[in-house]
Amino acid sequence: MTSALGERSIEVDGLTRRFGTFTAVDRISFDVAQGEVFGFLGANGAGKTTAIRMLIGLLAPSAGSARVAGYDVATHAEMVKRNIGYMSQRFSLYEDLTVRENITLYGGIYGLSDIAIEKRTTELVDRLDLRDDIDARVKSIPLGWKQKLAFSVAVLHDPRVVFLDEPTGGVDPITRRQFWELIYTTAATGTTVFVTTHYMDEAEYCDRVSIMVDGRIVALGTPAELKEQYEARSIDDVFVRLARAGTAA
Amino acid sequence: MSTPATRPKRPPSTLGAFVTKEMHHILRDRQTLAILLLMPLVQVLLFGYALRTDIRDLRVAVVDPTPDVATLRLRSRLAATSRFRLLKVSTTTNVLPELFQRRTADVALVLPTSFAERMGRGDTAQVLLITDASDPNTGTTMQVYVRSVLADFERDFGGARPRAGAIFIAVASRMRFNPTLESANLFVPGLIALVLTLVSALMTAISLSREKELGTLEVLLVSPLRPWQIIVGKVVPYLVLGFAITCLVLTAARVVFSVPMRGSVTLLLAESVLFTIVSLSLGVLVAARTSSQRAAMLGALVGTMMPTALLSGMIFPITSMPGWLQPVTRVVPARWFIVIARGIMLKGIGLEYLWRETAVLAGMALLLLVAATRSFHAHLD
Repeated sequence: MTSALGERSIEVDGLTRRFGTFTAVDRISFDVAQGEVFGFLGANGAGKTTAIRMLIGLLAPSAGSARVAGYDVATHAEMVKRNIGYMSQRFSLYEDLTVRENITLYGGIYGLSDIAIEKRTTELVDRLDLRDDIDARVKSIPLGWKQKLAFSVAVLHDPRVVFLDEPTGGVDPITRRQFWELIYTTAATGTTVFVTTHYMDEAEYCDRVSIMVDGRIVALGTPAELKEQYEARSIDDVFVRLARAGTAA
Repeated sequence: MSTPATRPKRPPSTLGAFVTKEMHHILRDRQTLAILLLMPLVQVLLFGYALRTDIRDLRVAVVDPTPDVATLRLRSRLAATSRFRLLKVSTTTNVLPELFQRRTADVALVLPTSFAERMGRGDTAQVLLITDASDPNTGTTMQVYVRSVLADFERDFGGARPRAGAIFIAVASRMRFNPTLESANLFVPGLIALVLTLVSALMTAISLSREKELGTLEVLLVSPLRPWQIIVGKVVPYLVLGFAITCLVLTAARVVFSVPMRGSVTLLLAESVLFTIVSLSLGVLVAARTSSQRAAMLGALVGTMMPTALLSGMIFPITSMPGWLQPVTRVVPARWFIVIARGIMLKGIGLEYLWRETAVLAGMALLLLVAATRSFHAHLD
């Protein structure tokens, strides 16, 4: 599954962001196909967060261009926002609201009708097995469920692309696996999943991964391709080698 | 892939969902809500009862060694005044120390012997006025009250010698110390300003910076909600809350202290809404410029509450501030609102006299709203 296949939902060309004299993101270019699970890796401070903020319309690029869901992020940020979902690395649900209220809120914000919200709420709690907790405050349900709920809420409006910023931080391995099952289910319906992670085993689950070092993308390909190219046993090895080379330079 | 996400949005429902959520936050946080609703009432009571500068219900003990027609007149004159309560009439001063020590009497009036006779002769009648002056201010005020009654009495019954000068002085001091306005009347308009500032500026700043701290604000900003919609969604519930609290304070002030409402209630409420918008925008500005709830709270306290309490003329009259400070008060929104509120409530005047203050508030509201939306925008980068 490469960018050559099918429709492209993310097209990035020479995207750059400077803060004063510091270049956080330095001319990165890549495409992501519709329905692809794309892993966006990089050490802390490599420029991942800055790049994502540009892609989701929170930050204007200094140079280059990016199209997400068919819209230019610099000129049509509002259209981009309508067609993407976002789950931040910090917990993005309201703890003092119930499960149902959180779903209703995000459904409403994304302009779903009351009927659609009701239908999706039922589907969602059935899928996550949260029927009994639907009127419980979110703060009272376990972290793993919260993360799965946050993800489901982020894709409630069937976005063309969903951005997940370190979605599985602090979650146990079993829940992480369940979380990735959710990701695959979502990708199978045609939603592109753009995910950052620090867990390299998760990187192996991605269709393709990119590795960012010092603001540039230094490696891009399927996990198998990258391992072959760097003669490594795992993506973890590839990552450590590249990241170390980057900091040394 | 279905396409509901690309369908044009209906802003009212988008905003509606957001406002609903905000209402949930407010209603769920019962502790804060209880404080917000009870505090204004407690403040009305405190300001109304504790901070009053007028004194009523003075307990007077009279020592009248030789009761006669004149002393009876004087006593009934004292008793007829609503300020005094005639506690005890005794023929000897022996009882006085105990009365004061037990704090059962505030004032004692010791009359001379053969009072009527002396008055008829035109003699000077030496009257001793003893006051509990453990609080000097109150003591002075009490003395003035009693003296004014004495002066009245003197004018009406004061035998041969008219002592015009003394009478006029007494009358003058009564004007000063016995204001026709109750303290509560003066404080209630300022109190409304203070409470509205608290609810709108402080609470908005806290609630907005909380979302910033939790990271939910980022999610909202990535959503199709426009920054102005987020601000409106944040502000509207507190506007409603502020309105409810204004009504509560006004009702309490009227029921408990009979604070008058001589002008239009509708106009006052409208002006309150205008003032609330100004405060809310200040709250948004503070939140946009701070990075934590704690900083936002401090910022709102120092930036809005303190000026409202100290520089608005609510407690300290602007005219008695040093010259350089007086122009500074012009940037304090509460200063203008208090003029408006006092004007409407106590003087019963309308927009024909208050349009200038109203225009200043409206200008501030517009300016701050634009600035708040902008700073919110700017913060994203």
